[in-house]
Order: sequence, then C-alpha cells, then structure tokens
Amino acid sequence: VIQETATEQMHVKYRELGTAIKAGSGRRLDRKNRLLFYNRTFKYLCIFSAAIVCLILFSILYFMFQTGILTFREVSPLKFFFSTEWSPETESFGAFGFIFGTFALTALTLLFSVPISVFIAVFLAEMSPKWLRNFLRPVLDVLVGIPSVVYGFLGLTILLPLLHQWSGHEIANGIFAAAIVLTIMVLPTISRISDDAISAVPEKYRNASFALGATRFQTVFKVIIPAAKSGIMYGIILGMARAIGETMAVVMVIGNTPQLADALFKPTSVLTSNIVMEIPNVPFDSTWNYALYMMGFLLLIISLIMITLVRVFQRKGTKS
Amino acid sequence: LSAKSETSPSIFTSKNRINKINNRIFTGLVWIISSIVVLFILGLLVLILQRGMPHLSWGFIFGLPSEIDAGGGIGPALFNSFYMLFISLLIAVPLGMAAGIYLAEFAPENKLIGFVRICVEGLASVPSIIFGLFGIAIFVEMCGIGLTIIGGAVSLAFLNLPVMTRVTEEAIRAVPKEIKSASFALGATHLQTIRKVLIPVAISGIVTGISLIAGRAFGESAVIILTAGVSTSGEMWDFNLLSPGETLAVHLWYVQSEAIVPDAVEISQKSAAVLLFIVLMINFLFRVPFWIKDRKKG
Repeated sequence: VIQETATEQMHVKYRELGTAIKAGSGRRLDRKNRLLFYNRTFKYLCIFSAAIVCLILFSILYFMFQTGILTFREVSPLKFFFSTEWSPETESFGAFGFIFGTFALTALTLLFSVPISVFIAVFLAEMSPKWLRNFLRPVLDVLVGIPSVVYGFLGLTILLPLLHQWSGHEIANGIFAAAIVLTIMVLPTISRISDDAISAVPEKYRNASFALGATRFQTVFKVIIPAAKSGIMYGIILGMARAIGETMAVVMVIGNTPQLADALFKPTSVLTSNIVMEIPNVPFDSTWNYALYMMGFLLLIISLIMITLVRVFQRKGTKS
Repeated sequence: LSAKSETSPSIFTSKNRINKINNRIFTGLVWIISSIVVLFILGLLVLILQRGMPHLSWGFIFGLPSEIDAGGGIGPALFNSFYMLFISLLIAVPLGMAAGIYLAEFAPENKLIGFVRICVEGLASVPSIIFGLFGIAIFVEMCGIGLTIIGGAVSLAFLNLPVMTRVTEEAIRAVPKEIKSASFALGATHLQTIRKVLIPVAISGIVTGISLIAGRAFGESAVIILTAGVSTSGEMWDFNLLSPGETLAVHLWYVQSEAIVPDAVEISQKSAAVLLFIVLMINFLFRVPFWIKDRKKG
C-alpha cells in the first residue's frame, strides 16, 4: 500500500513538473519566456541579415544594369558590341576588342590548363602513394588562395623576360603570357575539383573494369573519366569563371593597349584589365564611365550564365 | 573454326602488348607531368620567398613608403591590409553566418528562396572587379567620401558576403539530421539547438570558410584600387576610417608598374615575400587546429 501511494505521489509530481515546464512559473521573465524570447529574436535577426544580403546582391545587379544601360543613350548597341574602335577621346566606344580578348584569353587558358589538370587529378586520385596524396591535396588547396598579384608579379618578373628571349618579340606582353599566368592560377582549382570527382567514382567500377582485363590506361579513359565527367565539367567551369574575372594578374602581363588580340604576342586588353586601368581617371557622369559599367555588367552576366551551367551539371551528376 | 581458335590468341597477345605499352607510357606520362607541374609551381613560390625574405628588416616592414628616394618601407600599407581585413571580417562574418543559418534552417522552400540561393551562389563567383565598380558608385559617387579605408573595407565585405553565406549554409546542412532531432527531443529551443549543436558540429566547415575569405580579402587588389586608392596617408597606425587605404597587395602592383622609386624591384620582391608569407600563415593558422583534432580522433 505504501509503495502504491509512493508511486502515485511520484506520478503526481512528474505531472506537475511536466505542466510546470509547459506553463512556466507564471512570472513574466522566467527562464521559459526568456528562452522563447531569445529564440524569436534570433530568428528575426537571421531573417534581417538574409534580407540585407539579398538587398546588397540585388542592388549590385540593378545598379550595374542601370548605369551600364546609359551607354546606349550616346552609343548604338551595334557599335558597342561589334566595333573594335575604342578611343574615348573621340567619343567612340567599341568594346568588341575587349570582349573578344576575354574569350580568346579564356579559351587559350583552358586549352593549356584542362589537360594538365586532368592528368594531375588522375595522378592524385588513382596513382600517387598515400603519403604524397595527403601532402599534395592541402598544398593545392593553399595554392588556390594565393593572391593574384603574386602570380602577376611572377609573370612580370620571370615569365615576360623568358618569353622575350624565347620568342624574339620586342614586347612579349599579350594574351599568350596572360594565358600562361592564368593557367598556373586555375590549375589548382580544376585539378582539386576533378580529383574529388574522380575519387567519388565507386570502387566497383574500377574492379569491374580490371576484372574484364582492362589496363589502368583503359580503365581511366573508358570508365573513370566518363563516370566523373560532370564533376570535371564543374571544375572546368569554375576555372573558366576565374579566368574570365581575373584582373590584376592579367593587367600586369597583358600590355593594356586597346587593340584586337589577333596575335599571341601583341599588347592588348581584356574587359577586366581595361576597366581597372581606366576607371580611376574617368568622371562618373560620362559616356566613357557608363561604357565601362556596361562592360562590367557583361562580365556579371557571363559569370551568372556560367553558374547556371554549373547547376545544370551538378543536377546531372546527382541524377546519374 | 579451328583456324579461328588458332589465330585469336595471337591477336590477343599482340593487342595485349600494345595495351601494356600504352599503359606504361600513360603511367609514366601522368607521373612526369604531375610532378613537373607541382614542383614548378612550388618552386616559383619558394623563389619568391627566397628572393625577398633574406633582405627583410624591421625598418622595411614598419617603415614609411617614399615616392622618390630609395629605401621606402611598407608599414602603412601592411597596417592598412590588416585593418581592412579586420573591418571587412567584422561585417562579413556575422552577416554572412546569420544569412547562411537563415537559408539552412528557417527559409521556406519556395521559388523566391530558390532564386535568392541562385543569386548568392552566382555572386560568390562573380569577378571581384564588379564589387569594385559597385563600391565606387556607392562610396565615391553617392556618399562622396572619395577613396577611403571604410569604402574599401565595406566593398571587401560585400565581396565576401555571398561566399560566407554559402559556406555556412552548406556546413549547417551537412550536420546529420539525427543530431538535430536529438537536441529537439531533449526539449531544446531552435536557438539552443543552433548554438549548442549545429554550429559546434559544423564549425570546421565554417572556419575553413572564414580562412578562405580572410585570405581573399588580404590578397585582393582590384577592389582596393577602385575603392580605397593607390596611396596611403603616409602615417603609421592611422586608424582614421576616411584616409586613403592602399594595401600591401596594391602596393606590390603599384611599385612594380607605376612608381618611380629607383629600388622598385627590390621593394616589390620584398613585398611579394611578405604578402605570400602572411597568406600562407593565415591558411596555416586556421587549419592547424583541425589537423590536430583529426589526428587525435585517429
């Protein structure tokens, strides 16, 4: 009997405890109300920060567009996009040379960097001994974070004199030199992402391929790279985005002359380098400035398109 | 039939031999290319450190820059680098983390949020010069304060906000659902769960993100040239937010391409070494605790 009443009392006690937690102690600032208050405040803080971040991002999009579009009050879009004549002194703003330069430079960079990066990725994921892999992966991660001026400095002080000797050109500046500097810059990015993609290919694919009698060469090219294709593409697009947007490293080796890049060793200019070299000396309310903003807006659109592509590839990757 | 069975082994062996040779060539090629490229890049970095480091002196690191005479230092530029790094992190880290937590924990799944996510992701890899142009428009044009430390620092923070938001969101999403549910089951509020469970579990991802943006802010030059200028106030320890704010990365470019001092080459070599050393240290310092932790776990 005593035991029964004791358990009954305990039940009552627990019930009371339970209701006490639910209802709080009734005072206005007891622990429960305080916790709920903090909880709610924190949520609003987060919403507020997210709203600020969105506001900043949207105002960048809006602002670049709004300032850039003013160019077309004075310059026809046809002329802006298809003329190579860029001489602000005579009010002619043809940006085709820069747009072409940017694409040519990016294409050349990818031509150099993609094969080498895939080789490095295959090496890291498939061949290197474990200690070397554990050493090289963090090293490549650190290389991704080296400032671009340092690479530009290397290009300026080491690469240009070498190219000058080797090619015999009076001035070695141009898209070839810039492409080599950019290759060194994007190599770590592309190889690390490809390395991750190749490492993620299931072990059973390899075993199945080897069991069929394939050599490592055949396995890598016929099984592993096709299986890791979408990951590798992701890395290539990120590398491309970096090559298109890189400014200072390019400025230091490309020569900064507004002329069409129709030769490898010819001082020229791309979108980014032209913006950064000219904008500090330009009055804000001038067509010249608006044209530079329009070029910035172009860069923005190009990179947003590439990010959308990345998403498509990622979705494909998760599906298969 | 018998003829076939006689010839086929020889076909196999000859093909086999070609395959084996191919395989050997391929293996050799991969080894050679990878080691050459990696050694080459590492060699370049060692070269920078080796050319600059031995000549460093405290007089150079803390000294004032000079416009005409030889022997200028990098003191104010170096100070500005750290000062602007600090201010930009002060803005970007809390805002970015809170926004990332919102996207990971509170945001409803609808089209607007999907669009916001795409924008954040897109702007995380937009060319930095765009943020420089935006900074000019906001601080130089609209506020009319000219090229200043605060303008540069805030532009840097804008540059890093999307990255920080994304990294935080991904790190928090990667926390296993069981851990979160367990915390709720113990009666914790959402805030308690985030503070005591989600963030501690996700901390290694978040800190890696912070080290990423810190390195980027320290080495960034295009944004700084546009929003903070290519000169310093010429004083050491100048905390005034409205003075021009050339950083070390900008100084490296400026000395090499625009300045007229006779010892430009030497200054740029030493600046490059200091810049590289500090970026490596930032990476190293942020990563070491996790290496130690990983090792302890086994």
